[in-house]
Amino acid sequence: MSLLSKPWLWSWVAAAVAFSLTLGLTSGRGAGELAYAALSFGAFAAIVGLGQMLVITLGPGNVDLSIPATMTLSATLALKAMGSDPNTAMLGLVIALAVGLGAGLANYALIFLLRLPPIIATLAASLVYQSLAIWSNRGLRIKPPEGLADFSTGRFLGLPNVAWVGLVLAIVVWVVLERSVWGRWLLATGQDLRVARLAGVPVELVRATTYTSVAVFASLAGYLLASFSGGAALNMGQEYLLMSIAVVVIGGTSIAGGYSNVPGVWGAALFMFLVVSMLNSYGAGAGVRNVLTGTIIIAIVIAASTRRART
Amino acid sequence: MNFLARHRIILPVVSLAVLLAATFWMQPRAMSYFGLNLLFNLAVPIALATIAQMMIIMVNDIDLSLGAFVSLAACVTATFLNDAPVVGLLILLALILSYAALGAVIHALELPAIVVTLGMSFVWGGLALFILPSPGGASPDWLRTLMTVKPPFAPMAVVAAVIIAAVTHLLIIRSGIGTVLRGVGGNARSVARAGWSVIRLKALAYALAGLFGVLAGMALVGLTTSADANIALRYTLLSIAGVILGGGEFTGGKVSPTGAVIGALTLTLAASFLSFMRLSPDWQIGAQGAILILVLTARLIFRQKGAA
Amino acid sequence: MTDRESAPLVTLTDAARHFGPVRALDGVSLSVHPGDCIGLVGHNGAGKSTLVNLINGGLAPSSGEIAFDAGASALEAGVRSVFQELSLCPNLTVAENLRISHSGLKGPGWRRPARAEIARSLDTIFPGHGIDPDAEVDTLSIAERQMVEIAIGFAPRGTEARLVILDEPTSSLDAGIADQLLSHVRRYCSEGGAVIFISHMLGEVFEVATRIIVLKDGKAVAERAAGGFTRQGLVDAMGHVTADTPETAEAARDFGAEVVRTDQGLTAREGEVVGLSGLAGHGQAVALARLYLSRTSSWHAGRRPEVVFVAGDRQRDGILPLWSILRNITVSILPQGARRGLVDRAAETRVAQDWKARIGIRTEDVTNPVLSLSGGNQQKVLFARALASPAPVVIMDDPMRGVDVGTKQDVYAMIRAEAARGRTFLWYSTETEEVCQCDRVFVFRNHEISAELTGAEITEERILEASFEMQEAS
Repeated sequence: MSLLSKPWLWSWVAAAVAFSLTLGLTSGRGAGELAYAALSFGAFAAIVGLGQMLVITLGPGNVDLSIPATMTLSATLALKAMGSDPNTAMLGLVIALAVGLGAGLANYALIFLLRLPPIIATLAASLVYQSLAIWSNRGLRIKPPEGLADFSTGRFLGLPNVAWVGLVLAIVVWVVLERSVWGRWLLATGQDLRVARLAGVPVELVRATTYTSVAVFASLAGYLLASFSGGAALNMGQEYLLMSIAVVVIGGTSIAGGYSNVPGVWGAALFMFLVVSMLNSYGAGAGVRNVLTGTIIIAIVIAASTRRART
Repeated sequence: MNFLARHRIILPVVSLAVLLAATFWMQPRAMSYFGLNLLFNLAVPIALATIAQMMIIMVNDIDLSLGAFVSLAACVTATFLNDAPVVGLLILLALILSYAALGAVIHALELPAIVVTLGMSFVWGGLALFILPSPGGASPDWLRTLMTVKPPFAPMAVVAAVIIAAVTHLLIIRSGIGTVLRGVGGNARSVARAGWSVIRLKALAYALAGLFGVLAGMALVGLTTSADANIALRYTLLSIAGVILGGGEFTGGKVSPTGAVIGALTLTLAASFLSFMRLSPDWQIGAQGAILILVLTARLIFRQKGAA
Repeated sequence: MTDRESAPLVTLTDAARHFGPVRALDGVSLSVHPGDCIGLVGHNGAGKSTLVNLINGGLAPSSGEIAFDAGASALEAGVRSVFQELSLCPNLTVAENLRISHSGLKGPGWRRPARAEIARSLDTIFPGHGIDPDAEVDTLSIAERQMVEIAIGFAPRGTEARLVILDEPTSSLDAGIADQLLSHVRRYCSEGGAVIFISHMLGEVFEVATRIIVLKDGKAVAERAAGGFTRQGLVDAMGHVTADTPETAEAARDFGAEVVRTDQGLTAREGEVVGLSGLAGHGQAVALARLYLSRTSSWHAGRRPEVVFVAGDRQRDGILPLWSILRNITVSILPQGARRGLVDRAAETRVAQDWKARIGIRTEDVTNPVLSLSGGNQQKVLFARALASPAPVVIMDDPMRGVDVGTKQDVYAMIRAEAARGRTFLWYSTETEEVCQCDRVFVFRNHEISAELTGAEITEERILEASFEMQEAS
């Protein structure tokens, strides 16, 4: 019971298993490097995953498909504004976050004003963001300012800086969900929009802020990822569409809404990286890797649904 | 009752006509057999994928794995179907059956289709990589011939679109079983109360989606003559957009096969249109998004007028 | 009764259906013969819909027996039901909806016979209906949809309809169309068909029924030929026999300024307990929900809400199922105690503990999940949620469902005490006994207020009279 009531545990257990299986091959050598890489790459998945988690918590039908496009657009515009000049890191950050804010508001405007299902609204918007990114990028690969590049690939107290950002963000999201009025409103809205409305919760305000938050998180991830990998690429966000949904589901957040799981997102983000490195080190090709990843996602959804049916 | 609300097909037709007229005005030379063929060249696989997505949306679900599935079907077509036709056919058949099983499982366990198909997209993508780790393969000759045939009067793409629309219209709108399938989307309880097995109907809808997904993959290989594991990934989003552009709705079983085909043509044309406008090709994707938003806005306005 | 040559179509022998401890139907015996038109009347919760669901096979009896003369199931025996909630597929055309329930329509060209069959059925029942068999159902008006549903009920569909159950078939039909239906029912029965007719329009029941059965508390309390009842007798038979408890002493109180006035004519004053009554589904809940939504915003929640809502349909409108009792109680008062946007958890716990004691929620710990509570205790949580809020107007949508008698008395007392302090209550209840405790009562019929009663006028008899259409169906 105590285990079942903590669904986040599973993603951490899975991550630990993948970690030890990988090290099993090298009989323990390279543990530090593997953990460091997992934390670095997992941080990006965790940041977008936290945003997607908030949206999915809003209940069935809520999902943001514009995350990759928002990441690319904010990274592109931020790098362009910085133009590799030193001491422009803050300017770039502000621009990236402003792009995220704008994208989130635009997404919600489509959902609210045109009464579109979130899937189609964020999909249509993402096509436009993608084009904007292509247009502004024009194939140039602008390097991030040196200080910013150093920060995003650097470490502090032994942990990657990007992981620190992801951790701080996770703690903030956790506090907001657990302790704040807005968090309670979000969880109530996700359980049942109608019930929440009848209990006096300002549900549209909650939806608007949630769709804005996810876009801001995506823009932050895009900014960091571009600095980390030495420039913005047009396909840099691509893998994060499915990744963001997958880490939320594996992390134990309820697809039916109303229940978020912050630690689970981090565990799942590490797991998604570690399972790939595990399969790599066992010599499995990309095909097997993907098939296993998909099977794991579906197995987790089925397990979650049968558990729900039993209680 | 409002005329446009009654005839949902009008808006997609008008959208396509306006876009086509604008294209011809920009580029009069497109108004020819050859020009049309060029404009709609890639429309056939997109139209088939859109029909596949429509089958799923018809029963109130959504398929996020369609692009990966079409890619897989394309890879199978370019390898097995070319080298060992019987094995290839059996594999494609198994793919369709697995779609039916997917529908049954989603219904029986009340799983969220969006997440299950998300997981399946990894599975299909993985299998495709397994079959074809690097771009390659070859189209079976008969398929290549079929896709490049030059019928009199109208180019292949246009003829094929008309045939696809006619066949699926007969299947989904005219036939008895198609009516019941749409009924599942409209009011599954009342269909169950009338003695139907909803799980079988859902499996059937998914199987039809699998069938049209396979056909989309085959058509794509016939046009491109080779395949790779990522060849059709963007079809997931394009097919959803095509269904909605064609007057379909996400819930309530309100779909139109003719509209879906027109929606797919519109999306294909939208990409070509801006290249004629001499705007940079950067905007092609964005144009599709903008057109989607515009059409949906128009639909909302008309519907509000209809309600008033 | 009269001599019958034919065997009964359906025979119920001491059929009962229990839902947990609730006896929805408590042993009813009934047989329906060809040519019968049975009028079924009864107040809310008398067991009408349970009885109908037993006959049409929607529910299995807990005890007793149901036998059909032909075939084992209701479907094979030719039993058809036309439900009050619309059960058509709105995205299909009229003819296509017939196809759903008519598996005999097969092969190419099935549309022509489908169109012909539904058109014939519509023409027979509602001459001059003007409904196109090719029209999509969601383009039809509510009345037209109901006509289609009735027509599908009577259509042969490959076999033959032998018993048609009509549950409030005229609720959205105007008088002329309703008349057409009534004459069709008479004609159909005279030709050997059977009908079970449920309606709140007593005039209609008298007009078509050959026999009337009165249900009360899950039992058939009276069954006579239609001529054996008078209208007043029917109303008396439906009512409770309990003597009126004089509660009129309270009516003398003075009330403050008017705080609620809706377009429908619903009004309430400060400190007043206003009841909404009438048969279920006649617009009371809709009126309350609309009032609540118009007084609150989905964009901001201030520290001083104007109204709060107590749901009766807990699953649909009230309970947040993933949460603890504590969080369910405090969800409406979060902004009041918050500091810098953070919930004051100590104050929150105090409020929940306080209300647990005051309203007697039976749990050891308020942090237990709300679903660990029984239905009645969940309802207390919803009361606590509303009463803990400072809002001056409390809207209650049939809030006493599944609440035991002792708790009800406690809650009545609490409502009285809060009202005395100036809070206003709008209270919709399906139980007449509760409505009789109110200061003023609005009776709803067909989504309109059919009577406003005050003080000594508030009696079960007056409420029943206003709930049922007493006039002749014109």
